[in-house]
Amino acid sequence: MSDDLNIKKSSKIKTKSSSVSGGGTDIDYVRPAELPEQDLYHGHSFITKWIFCQDAKVIGIQYTLTAVFTGVVGLILSWMMRMQLGFPELFPFLTAESYYQFVTMHGMIMVVYLLTALFLGGFGNYLIPLMVGARDMVFPYVNMLSYWMFFVAVVVLMASFFVPGGPTGSGWTLYPPQAILEGTPGSEYGILLMLISLSLFVIGFTMGGLNYVITILQARTRGMTLMRMPLTIWGIFTATVLALLAFPALLVSSIMMTLDKVLGTSFFMPTIIKAGELLSYDGGSPILFQHLFWFFGHPEVYIVALPAFGIVSDLISVHSRKNIFGYRMMVWAIVIIGALSFFVWAHHMYVSGMTPWFGFFFATTTLIIAVPTALKVYNWILTLWRGNIRLNTVMLFCLGFILTFVNGGITGIFLGNVVVDVPLSDTYFVIAHFHMVMGIAPLMVIFGAIYHWYPLITGRFLDEKLGKWHFWTTFLGAYSIYFPMHYLGFIGVPRRYFEMYDSPYVTSAVGMNEFISVAAFIVGAAQFIFFFNVVRSLRLGKRAEKNPWKANSLEWLTPSMPPEHGNFGKELPVVHRWAYDYNVPGAKKDYITQTTPPSEVLGAEVEKT
Amino acid sequence: MTDPTLDKLPDGFKGMSSDMGSDQTTFKGVNWGKAMMWIFLLSDTFVFSCFLVAYMKVRASVTEPWPYPSEVFGLEVGGVPVPLLLIAIMTFVLITSSGTMALAVKFGYEKNRKMCGLFVLLTAIGGLTFVGMQAFEWSKLIFHDGVRPWGNPFGAEQFGAFFFMITGFHGTHVSIGVIFLFIFARKVFRGDFDTGRRGYFTTMKSNYVAIEILGLYWHFVDLVWVFIFAFFYLW
Repeated sequence: MSDDLNIKKSSKIKTKSSSVSGGGTDIDYVRPAELPEQDLYHGHSFITKWIFCQDAKVIGIQYTLTAVFTGVVGLILSWMMRMQLGFPELFPFLTAESYYQFVTMHGMIMVVYLLTALFLGGFGNYLIPLMVGARDMVFPYVNMLSYWMFFVAVVVLMASFFVPGGPTGSGWTLYPPQAILEGTPGSEYGILLMLISLSLFVIGFTMGGLNYVITILQARTRGMTLMRMPLTIWGIFTATVLALLAFPALLVSSIMMTLDKVLGTSFFMPTIIKAGELLSYDGGSPILFQHLFWFFGHPEVYIVALPAFGIVSDLISVHSRKNIFGYRMMVWAIVIIGALSFFVWAHHMYVSGMTPWFGFFFATTTLIIAVPTALKVYNWILTLWRGNIRLNTVMLFCLGFILTFVNGGITGIFLGNVVVDVPLSDTYFVIAHFHMVMGIAPLMVIFGAIYHWYPLITGRFLDEKLGKWHFWTTFLGAYSIYFPMHYLGFIGVPRRYFEMYDSPYVTSAVGMNEFISVAAFIVGAAQFIFFFNVVRSLRLGKRAEKNPWKANSLEWLTPSMPPEHGNFGKELPVVHRWAYDYNVPGAKKDYITQTTPPSEVLGAEVEKT
Repeated sequence: MTDPTLDKLPDGFKGMSSDMGSDQTTFKGVNWGKAMMWIFLLSDTFVFSCFLVAYMKVRASVTEPWPYPSEVFGLEVGGVPVPLLLIAIMTFVLITSSGTMALAVKFGYEKNRKMCGLFVLLTAIGGLTFVGMQAFEWSKLIFHDGVRPWGNPFGAEQFGAFFFMITGFHGTHVSIGVIFLFIFARKVFRGDFDTGRRGYFTTMKSNYVAIEILGLYWHFVDLVWVFIFAFFYLW
C-alpha cells in the first residue's frame, strides 16, 4: 500500500469520527462513556446463580431449555397426528377428539412457546448484551421475573393435558364460538387454561421485551451505533417491538374470551341455538375475535421470522468470509417488513367474509411484503456469491434455510391473492406453506445458530459428523413431508380433518399420506441425534479456542469463554466498525474484529461504517 | 440535563438524526427506567386501543338498542336527576391527582423530600378516592340497577360486559398505581432517594427519577380515563 492511500484513508476516517464526536485528531477517537458502569447483582448461592438468576446468559439458557422441552412435546403431538393421518385407526387411543387436541396444542406450542420464546427469550437474552457490548440486560431483576412468568405459563399450558376433558381442541386459532361451546374437546377447562397461559405468556414476554428494547437502544457500548449492530440484533430488536405491539391484541382477545366462558358475556358469541335450545349468548361478534387474533397472529409470523433473518445473515457472513451484501438495505428491509406486518392481518380471513375492497387492500399490502423479503434473499445469495464458503453444519443449515424460505415464501405469494387463496384456503396447501416458511425455515436457523454459538456457551464444538447427519435427515425429510402436501392441497384435501373416510381424493392421497407420515417419524427421530449431540458434546466435544469461527462481533471477544457474569471483564469493549469486515483488501488477517481501531488497519480498505 | 457530554447536541431534526446515528444511547440523557416506562406505555396503549376498538365495533354491530349513558350513569340529587354527576367528580379527582403528581416530580428533582413525599401521598389519596367512587358506581349499577356482564334491563347486553371489563381493567391500573404511590410515598419519606438506598427486591440504588417514572404511568392512566370517559359516557 502506498503512503497516499494511508493518508487518504486516515483523513477519511478522521472526518468521519469528528462528525460524530465534534473534535479530536486521533483517528481512533471514540466518544467517552455517557453512562456510569452498570450496577450488577452477583448471585452468591446456588439459587441466585442458577435458578432465580439475574444473569441474562443463564436466563437465555433457561428460556431455551424450557422452550425446547415444549418443542419436544409439540413434536410428539405431531407424530400422533401423522400416525392418525398416515395409518388411520392403528391406535385406538387416537380418537377424533384427541386428534383435534393434538392439532391445537401442537400449533400453539410450536408458534408461541417454542419459536417465540426460543428466538426472543433464548437467543435474545443470551446474545443482546454480548453483541451490543453491555454487561447485562438493563433490568436484570425484571428479566428474571420474565423467565419465571414464562415458566408458569408453560406449566399452566401443560396442566391442561391433565384436567378433565383434556386440552382445548379448537385449533390453534381458538376461533369462537366453537372454542368455548360444548362439543369441542376441552371446552370446559382446557380452553380456560390455554387462555390463562397465553395471558401469562404475554405478561412475561412484555417484561422481557422491554429489557431487550431498552438494552439495545440505551445500553450499547462506546462506538456501537445502531448501524454497526450485527443483523442478529436488528432482527431480534424489530421482532421485539412487533411483539410489544401485537401481543396486546392477543391479551385482549384472551381476556374477552375468558369472560365469555366464565361470566357468560357475549363479546364473541352470537345468538346460538343448540339442540333446539336457545343459548343465553346474544349479539356478539365472532369476526371481532378473528380480527384481534390475526392482528396478533400475523405480526407473530414476523416475530418468529425476523430474528431468523437476522441470525442467518450473520451466520452466512461469518461462514462465507464476506461482508453481508447491502447491510443497510438488510436493516431497512427488516424494519419495513416489521412495519408492514401490521397491515396485512386480514389475509388470514379471506374466507370469513369481507367486502371485496378489504380483500383487495390486504392482498396488496401482503404482496408488497414480498419486495423487502425478496431483497433479503437476494442479499443472502449475493453474500454467498464468490465467498470463501465453509461448508460446515452451520452453513448447511443456512443454505437449507434459504431454500425452504424461498419455497414457503413463493407459496405465500399464491396465498396472498384472494382469488387463489379462496379455493386453497383450509387445505393442505396452507399447511405446507406455513410449515415451510415459519416452521422449517426458522428451525433451520435455530439449528444453525446452535451449532454456531454452542462453542461460545460451552467452550466445545458440537460434533460435525452427527451434525451433518442431523442436517441431511432434517432437510430432506422436511421436504419429503411438506412438498407432497402442496399437491394434497391442490387436489382439495382439507386440513384439520381427522379422517378422509370415502372422499374421492382418498385414493391418491392414501399412499402419499403414508409416505409423509413415515418421513415425519424419521425427521422427528433425527432430532434426537441433535439432542444426543448437544448432551454428548458438553463433555466430549472438541475443545474450542477463543473466537473459533474467526468472527468479528463482540460476543466472541470476551476475556473468558464462556463469558462470565458481567461479560467483558474490567473494561467494556470499544467498537470502531461494523461486524462484517471479512477478507478486507489490504488487511493482514481475513477478519477485522469490531474492536480493532483504525490505526491498526491503516492499509486496509475497510467499509466506512 | 447537566451531563457535560450531552451539552453540545444539535436541536430539531438534525438532533434527531444525530441521536439515531450515535453510539451508546439513542435517547440522550434518558434514564433506562424512564425509557422502559415509555415503551411499556406504548404497549399498554395498544391494549386499551384493542379494548376500545372492540367496544366500538360491537356497539356498532349489535342489534339491540344501546343503553342511553346519561340516564344509566345519572344520579338523583334532591329528586332532580343529574346526568353524569358521579363521573364528572371522578374525572375531576383523577385529573387533579395528575396535577399533584406533576408537583411531586418537580419537588423530587429539587430533592425536596418532604414536599415530594406529601404530593406523592396526595396523589395516592386522589387515586384511592377514584377507586372508591368507582366501587360505588359499580355497586350502584350492579345492586341498584341490575346491570350484569351478561345482561341488563336497559338494552344490549354487551353494555354491561364492556363497561365492567374496560373500567375494571382501567381500575386495576389505577389500583396498581395507588399501591405503588403509597410504597413510594414511604420510600420518599424514609429518605431512600436521598441516600440511594438499595431496593429490597431489585438491589438497585434508589433515585428520584423513579418518581418521574411513576408519574409517567400515572399520567397515562389518567389519559386513558379521558378516552374511556369520552367513548363510554359521552357517546
